[in-house]
Amino acid sequence: MPHDHPDHDHPHALLPPEPALRVKALETILADKGLIDPAALDRIIDTYENRIGPRNGAQVVARAWIDDGFRAALREDATAVVAELGFFGRQGEHMVVVENTPSTHNMVVCTLCSCYPWPLLGIPPAWYKSDAYRARAVREPRRVLADFGVTLPADTAIRVWDSTAEVRYLVLPMRPEGTGDWDEAALAGLVTRDSMIGTGLPRAPS
Amino acid sequence: MTRVHDMGGRFGDGPVRPDPEQAPVFAADWHARALAVTLAAGALGRWTLDESRHARECLSPADYTRFSYYEKWIAALADLLVAKGVLSRDDLTGHGGGGAHPLAGRRLAAENVARTLARGGPADRDAGPGPVFEAGQAVRALRPAANRLVEGGHTRLPAYAAGAQGYVLRCHGNHVLPDSNAHGLGEAPEPLYSVRFKAAQLWAAPEHPDDEVILDLWQSYLEPA
Repeated sequence: MPHDHPDHDHPHALLPPEPALRVKALETILADKGLIDPAALDRIIDTYENRIGPRNGAQVVARAWIDDGFRAALREDATAVVAELGFFGRQGEHMVVVENTPSTHNMVVCTLCSCYPWPLLGIPPAWYKSDAYRARAVREPRRVLADFGVTLPADTAIRVWDSTAEVRYLVLPMRPEGTGDWDEAALAGLVTRDSMIGTGLPRAPS
Repeated sequence: MTRVHDMGGRFGDGPVRPDPEQAPVFAADWHARALAVTLAAGALGRWTLDESRHARECLSPADYTRFSYYEKWIAALADLLVAKGVLSRDDLTGHGGGGAHPLAGRRLAAENVARTLARGGPADRDAGPGPVFEAGQAVRALRPAANRLVEGGHTRLPAYAAGAQGYVLRCHGNHVLPDSNAHGLGEAPEPLYSVRFKAAQLWAAPEHPDDEVILDLWQSYLEPA
């Protein structure tokens, strides 16, 4: 694998050129040999389509907004705290929560691939995996935020977390003004996926 | 030099195009199948996460650039299956032999999916050397960014940080070293640090004097500054 081959020499070039057929061909070969179980594939897909997604992360954020002890514990050892809520496993083995303040805004990227905290946010959106986001987020985070329609105060510094190892980051955004008596479920409704990546802000209460 | 996947700081990629939060998790059915086939094949236990990342990086630059995200996954999976001897090149063209596969007993069964995904693959280890850097200490990322064990091999030191001075934020304890593990050379765990770099250390024209980029870097990627 470390050696280099011209692309026509890679085994993948033997599969059909059209992507959907390419996947189907590989799935068929592996299933025929008893190496994969089609029912297991359906279950994996169901997990990430219907069971794991950004509402998990939103619940964590909303609780942190309400409960100072929970927030402190989250900052101390997020992996243990979110595991207690049932959010653990693949791509969430080592969680760190980073907290936005008036002076610091956090953003997460993986410039080398597309590392992302699956148990808390689900499968990453297409833009997170795009060349443009991976290339630009570390060098010009404000211009990237502008692509999302987000403008930060001039005196707010940005910390961009490049997920170069197996540590996965979740941004704890600032609690929106005017939510003093809101309960956890209502607050979770204000927490967007992008606000937990740092490319967005929570919704304002209406 | 590192490979085409190492794109942090690159110019010319155009705008980021956000998608709505309610967009489907998988834009096409084959995206979902690609993810599921990759995870299920990974559960056969013939390669590590580091090896699968390296397989994607080893796509030729032309393929890496023109393939969409899940096309990269499938291409790398096909290459890995052949490189690891699970499938033959003839199998990929439908001309391989039939019959039971010796690894069929390792197949991920539907009833084990939840447990397997929940278990994940923790990368922290008790073994390995102790930390030599402490929080707040000035360190420098090695230059050039490269795998010191295997020429052209996998590393998680991005090229844009090579040679830059930063400061240790915290140590995460010992983690599996990808540079070794991606090549079947063992896990070689060593201390992993979060290191903060001033944007001005990394870019000629940073957007803001107080901006920082934080990377998780292994001890052998760093030297005292």
